[in-house]
Amino acid sequence: MSTALADDSLAQAGQLRLTWLRFKRHKLAFVSLFIVALFYLVAIFADGLAINDPHATDAKRSYIPPQGIHLFDEDGFNPHVSGLTGKRDMKTFKLAYVPDPARKLKVVLFAHGYSYNLFGLIPTDIHLIGLETPQPVDGIFLLGTDQLGRDLFSRMMVATRISLSIGLVSVGLSLVLGILLGGMSGLYGGWIDTAIQRVIEVIRSIPTIPLWMGIAAALPNTWSVTQVYFAITLIISFIGWTELARVVRGRFLALREEDFVIAAEMLGASQLRIMLRHMLPSFTSHVIAAVSLALPAMIISETSLSFLGLGLRPPAISWGILLQDAQNVQVLAGAPWLLCAAIPVVLVILAFNFLGDGLRDAADPYG
Amino acid sequence: MLMYILRRLLLASITCVAISVLTFVIIRLPPGDFIDAYIANLASTGSSITADQAEAMRHDYGLDRPVIVQYFLWIARVVQGDFGVSMMWRRPVTEVIGDRLWLTMLVSFSALFLTWTIALPIGIYSAVKQYSVGDYIATMVGFLGLAIPNFLLALILMYFGFRYLGLSVGGLFSAEYAQEAWSWAKAWDLAKHVPLPACVLALAGTAQLIRIMRANLLDELRKPYVVTAKAKGIGNLRVILKYPVRAALNPFASSIAYVFPYLVSGSIIVSLVLGLPTVGPLLLQSLVAQDMYLAGTIVLLLGIMTVVGTLISDLLLMWIEPRLRLTGRL
Amino acid sequence: MADRPLLSVRELAVEFRADTGTVRALDSVSLDLRPGRVLGVVGESGCGKSVTARAILRILDRNGAIVAGKILLDPGTTAEVDLTALNPESQAMRGVRGARVGLIFQEPMSALSMQYTVGNQLIEAIRAHNDPGKSVARQRAIELLRDAGIPRPETRVDAYPFQLSGGLRQRVGIALALAGDPDILIADEPTTALDVTTQAQILTLLRRLQRDKHIALMLITHDMGVIAQMADDMAVMYLGRVVEYAPVREVFHSPRHPYTRALLRSVPDLRATPRQRLATIGGAVPQPNARPSGCPFHPRCPEVILGRCDVAPPAPVPPGEAGASCFLLEDAV
Repeated sequence: MSTALADDSLAQAGQLRLTWLRFKRHKLAFVSLFIVALFYLVAIFADGLAINDPHATDAKRSYIPPQGIHLFDEDGFNPHVSGLTGKRDMKTFKLAYVPDPARKLKVVLFAHGYSYNLFGLIPTDIHLIGLETPQPVDGIFLLGTDQLGRDLFSRMMVATRISLSIGLVSVGLSLVLGILLGGMSGLYGGWIDTAIQRVIEVIRSIPTIPLWMGIAAALPNTWSVTQVYFAITLIISFIGWTELARVVRGRFLALREEDFVIAAEMLGASQLRIMLRHMLPSFTSHVIAAVSLALPAMIISETSLSFLGLGLRPPAISWGILLQDAQNVQVLAGAPWLLCAAIPVVLVILAFNFLGDGLRDAADPYG
Repeated sequence: MLMYILRRLLLASITCVAISVLTFVIIRLPPGDFIDAYIANLASTGSSITADQAEAMRHDYGLDRPVIVQYFLWIARVVQGDFGVSMMWRRPVTEVIGDRLWLTMLVSFSALFLTWTIALPIGIYSAVKQYSVGDYIATMVGFLGLAIPNFLLALILMYFGFRYLGLSVGGLFSAEYAQEAWSWAKAWDLAKHVPLPACVLALAGTAQLIRIMRANLLDELRKPYVVTAKAKGIGNLRVILKYPVRAALNPFASSIAYVFPYLVSGSIIVSLVLGLPTVGPLLLQSLVAQDMYLAGTIVLLLGIMTVVGTLISDLLLMWIEPRLRLTGRL
Repeated sequence: MADRPLLSVRELAVEFRADTGTVRALDSVSLDLRPGRVLGVVGESGCGKSVTARAILRILDRNGAIVAGKILLDPGTTAEVDLTALNPESQAMRGVRGARVGLIFQEPMSALSMQYTVGNQLIEAIRAHNDPGKSVARQRAIELLRDAGIPRPETRVDAYPFQLSGGLRQRVGIALALAGDPDILIADEPTTALDVTTQAQILTLLRRLQRDKHIALMLITHDMGVIAQMADDMAVMYLGRVVEYAPVREVFHSPRHPYTRALLRSVPDLRATPRQRLATIGGAVPQPNARPSGCPFHPRCPEVILGRCDVAPPAPVPPGEAGASCFLLEDAV
């Protein structure tokens, strides 16, 4: 009997394995796991997926609408895009470049494009798709271009790297702070607990965005992209750790009362052994769930700050910076495709939320 | 009960002090001070001041004193209601902020109200009809609400309003009232403009509260007292509304404590996108210009108002929870 | 067994849907509740005692359902109703709850809402059936509290449950169950959460009220001592089945089922010689979703007949009669 068999293995499975088994039943969360994984793959291979140099500006291709790749023409399968041709607007006498269906540019897989370092190490110029022969002005603009003529699709690919990694690094920092302070709070109790709890309450009752804005605005203009990146990470995690600390403390308190922990104490196990052998395994899954619920908040934070112009600064590329270009309604009315940068934000936040929810349910089916 | 109130008040005042210190630290963080920024500004327009003049200005603004002294000088005047002079606008800070602070609070409170009125019934429905179609829809909408940052929602609404309705969505007043003195007509105009930003702000909070309410209520529905109530032979709906919903309201009510700061935060950024005459845009300008007193006052007042809002919600909770009222703890 | 039963449960089966499949919580359970008599229901935790109580009141959790059997109220009379045929939300079923069948809980702490006063919850129960009006209901609430042995009921009526001790709360629970003036009372482990002296007081109170009002009491417990003290008849349950059903005296003198014998042996005995080991039942109650085939008790049964007990379950105890569900007895006949 299959159920009996499953029960047998369930009875012997460890905490993490149990969580994983329960997690797999959450279809939405399971799918989300793949979406998140996909996003991180994009981040790793961002440059290879990008088509045009994300930093290359060219006034001639300012605000080009999204253009699709035509897979077929009269000759059969012949993937191509239209080239750009300059046309003078007879009213404003401005030279505008528009796609010209007559000029066909062949699109191939694994094309040569701008040079970059794969994994930051291997120099290459291979891109997943690209023009058979690179052109000075023309290109494949799947999602159109911005005012400076930079390809939005390529920029979005590259932005994934910063936006996702900033979330991870911030969560990492928050986690260290959260486990340290939450653990101390839950383990020692007494005045240490009270003090830490009060600090958390104070931080939580402060509206965060004005605070961030204040700190972020204080970052010197002269700082490099990397310096700003880490400063922003610090700012975000400084506020984000409270929730993680709360979860860790809660688990500590709950676990301390559990029979198996008390039993271990009675048996004379050392504090460290109790923590590592008995408590840690039973809250790893909770912490993983809390982390995946904290990540989207971190990503939103970075996006919001950069959107305001207080976070990362160009030439860094993040989703927030891309959205900054879309701040103005007049610009949006002319180039609505700029809003595409919002899609990955929403998608990844949704995925993380589903994932975190699924993990939390799996970690604690009764709580 | 008195102890509880005193503890809350004490905590609130500690928070206020912490906010004031943080505020001051933020203001002092940037290298250089307002005078540097001022000189840079003058230089860009082609004029300049001498080092002596700069020194005199520093002295006037108290910028040459130790940081701690500056903090106490600042806080001493703040307590008396004197928030100093905006160096950027060359007018008293209170005058520059004017109605903006109240408008910020108005928008935030409206959003809070909206959050509650939407989240409560949907949360109840979702829990009582767990795994029904309605529950799934509510959950989906809730997740979407969480996933769309509110400035993005504002942006999208603006775009659609502009593109398809030809409206310029945004602002809190119609053009003809913006500079007017207060009147009933202006208040009504305001009332017509508040719902949109309030909705934008409320979405994420609502999504969160629906989830909180649903989870709490699901918890409560399993409790034995629900069975006791059912065993009395009263109707199911009445049982649910009177007992578990009432019990689930407590954590729900205390969730204001962290939803409210979040809404105030959000109002800043949404105001920037929607062009609302709240403190949001002003804060950004003053931070960029390093206008110390203005930015400090805004952050400080926002923080303190949030703390007061939270305190009120705590006292409300005490009022509705008999155990807290009678024994001073939960 | 005298008197016509007020309530007869016949071959009741209840199933719960779980992630791993359906779990049969009750299987062919039959029992009778007679006026003025106490039926004790015993068994280890998870054997279906509480499920039986909830099934009778039709307040099973949402994933539970009655899949077979009948619950007959006033069987054999013209007013006979099968509760399993009623919609649990119907007016008729609501009329049964509280007014015909009262329920007393195990956990006096969590069975009362902490948000409302004792009076509020009691008055609500009184007014749920034949509403006498607010002030009369309040008077009646005070009387009920006094009947339940609560001192100073006039002030206690306005107290919140968290202001009362565990014993007092359980008395409130009893008053609550009696508020609709039911003739059947189900007490689900009413004394388990209380300390020993309070237990005795509550049991005495229950016994007195049951005798005075000629109530049919179903007393669910896992304590053989409570059964011996309180019950007239008893049903021994194991894994959702009634394995033995008989008057208490018969069971204690000549238990029929090996499980009953094991249960009785595991009761501490004052006359035991010092350091004599307390008998235990080998093994543990199997998980409900891993029910043994055949007789559910066979893996733990000292008298198991392999090739017989593990193949098919023995016939259930015939409804309305004393007996046991065991092949040993079938063979003896």
